[in-house]
Amino acid sequence: MGADGAPPPGAGAHGFRARATAALGDPQVRANFRRAMDGLMAKRAALFADPAEWRAMRALGASIRARTLARLPELLERLEERCRANGIEVHWAETTAEANEVVLDLLRARGATRVVKGKSMVSEEMHLNDFLEAHGVESLESDLGEYVIQLDGETPSHIIMPAIHKDRQQIARLFGRKIRDAAYSEDVDELTATARRVLRRKFEEADAGISGVNCAVAETGTLVLIENEGNGRMSTHVPPLHVALMGLEKVVERLEDVPPLLSLLTRSATGQLVTTYVNMISGPRSPGEKDGPREVHLVVLDNGRSRIYEDEELAVTLRCIRCGACMNHCPVYTRVGGHAYDAVYPGPIGKVLTPQMEGVDRRHELPHASSLCGACAEVCPVEIPITRLLVRLRAEASTRRVGSTVLGAGGARSGGEALSWRLWKRAFGSPGAYRLVSWLATRLGRLPVPRLGPLRAWTSVRTAPRPARRSLHELAREKGVPDA
Amino acid sequence: MREGAREAILGRLRAARRGEDGAAPSDFAVVREKRWPEAERLPRLRRLMEAAHAEFLEATGESWPSAVRDLLVEAGARNVMVGAGSAVEARLAEAWSGLPGGPELLRYDRPVEELKGVLFGSVDAGLTTCEGGLAETGSLVVVPTPEEPRLLSLVPPIHLVLLDPATVRDGLWQLLAEPRFANGMPPNALLISGPSKTADIEQTLAYGVHGPKRLVVVVVPGGATPSRGS
Repeated sequence: MGADGAPPPGAGAHGFRARATAALGDPQVRANFRRAMDGLMAKRAALFADPAEWRAMRALGASIRARTLARLPELLERLEERCRANGIEVHWAETTAEANEVVLDLLRARGATRVVKGKSMVSEEMHLNDFLEAHGVESLESDLGEYVIQLDGETPSHIIMPAIHKDRQQIARLFGRKIRDAAYSEDVDELTATARRVLRRKFEEADAGISGVNCAVAETGTLVLIENEGNGRMSTHVPPLHVALMGLEKVVERLEDVPPLLSLLTRSATGQLVTTYVNMISGPRSPGEKDGPREVHLVVLDNGRSRIYEDEELAVTLRCIRCGACMNHCPVYTRVGGHAYDAVYPGPIGKVLTPQMEGVDRRHELPHASSLCGACAEVCPVEIPITRLLVRLRAEASTRRVGSTVLGAGGARSGGEALSWRLWKRAFGSPGAYRLVSWLATRLGRLPVPRLGPLRAWTSVRTAPRPARRSLHELAREKGVPDA
Repeated sequence: MREGAREAILGRLRAARRGEDGAAPSDFAVVREKRWPEAERLPRLRRLMEAAHAEFLEATGESWPSAVRDLLVEAGARNVMVGAGSAVEARLAEAWSGLPGGPELLRYDRPVEELKGVLFGSVDAGLTTCEGGLAETGSLVVVPTPEEPRLLSLVPPIHLVLLDPATVRDGLWQLLAEPRFANGMPPNALLISGPSKTADIEQTLAYGVHGPKRLVVVVVPGGATPSRGS
């Protein structure tokens, strides 16, 4: 979304509020998310049971990411140099459209028409599957959750657990409908076996594999990918061509930076000490090797990240390692689910990232879809102050500030709101005006006011205030308290 | 055009640079201090890996070929594939020669392009060595080589790994600091901590989704092929 000039997805009756309201009324969505989020929170808590260790690990994670961002341009150049030395070709893309073209060119030059994919959020940003399908390339998601939602024509509702909004009955019906020869079963092992049967043939036949990158090491030119299923290894090791996609912030400086980040990532994401596979790729098939891809390509995507980097306060957004813990702990996300956000990245980090990538004017609803309770910032393994960024983005959306680098800054400014605050400021800015306003409010405040427009919205979930008959000033003066 | 993208991106990043603020060295004490006495490393690795559904076989330098054979027979495996020209292959060929029945010994002796059909279609088990283990996370360190290709540990439904307990280290941080890795990473290095699994359906664990359904760690004190050294 965004690149094609579509109407603002957050706007009007089809906005976040409408989708959230619909989700809140859907008992299946509520139950599926509640079960999953409770499970993930408990597993994470069990692995961070020692508060001193958590604090030290988290400080280390934040320091690694801060150091990376402080040296970002140099590290990306170093990564490119080391990858090339290792035989990994590096491509750069400013936009998702450019990244899609890079991938398609690579595939076409090699006559590749069948692609298997490992899970990659950057590919979701690119809407890569739709793009490739439109150009005659079969692009098949092979992570089980991604496979399920691709079969159903959906988008992920969680960055780690993409099909978490579905229960086994829904998946059983989907498989029965879409997979030939699949016997109907609601048994998780049998459903998994069905997917295995279909996908193993696809791995064997694929001309190319596409993956994401969890982190890339500048000093050694190493791409690190973690996963539990083995589909990532299948996608990166079986086909003759491997194309890895990464957001430009995923680089780290040294090999020693990797273990703490992976530990924080897996413990925060799924409550695992480590994933089943940690796959460290530092080159294509070397002379003498009998397997592995003959070519490895790395596509480095910007898509608004360098703009985020320009703002000193907002640049901290780029620390994110995509663990999803902020979602799992968010009182809003856990109730409305991922689809309500209509964004590649949902939940707290999505509310910070999406408006910056797509424009605070178009996605101004998102930073407001938060109670600012701070649960997200508390569990963030790299200390991103998410609530502070939400408040900042609310302000960026509604004020025109000279020198702002935020995309769409001031674009959600409302004349009525601005006027209200200007009047408010005037009333509180001079003693005479203040006395007049409080006199009017205490005398006339109880008269019935028609609840229309913003007043109606505001009072729909709140009790309207009833001003006292006399102001505190008046009462104090009567008691003989002198005016200051 | 793409060169243009590179310059535009790096140009914006360089223009936004705010000096070395935040570039202070990191304090790795919390990971550096995660160490275990040698005697505790294997038991910890085993406990963690068993929790992830890996299986363990205790064997010796003498007995491991027959232990592996018994396991494969019990699993109904028709065959097991090993790296061609590896010391493991020679040892198995010698130990199994003349024994009636039992699993067939297959060799990964050609480029994958010529072997894919067999590998995906009819290989029941793959057997590899490993460079060691990690006590912290319960992981095996597998570094594929020309002798022991990458897919041997991935495609067959059963993966057997020979592990010398003396090679179990503390954690990934300590491992990557070793010259073997710090001085130049191999084209592929893996940590494997269990059989392939997923929890994508209702967070219910299911094993053997794409990779091996069973991971069997064969513990061989002193190593499986001592002549190679550890």
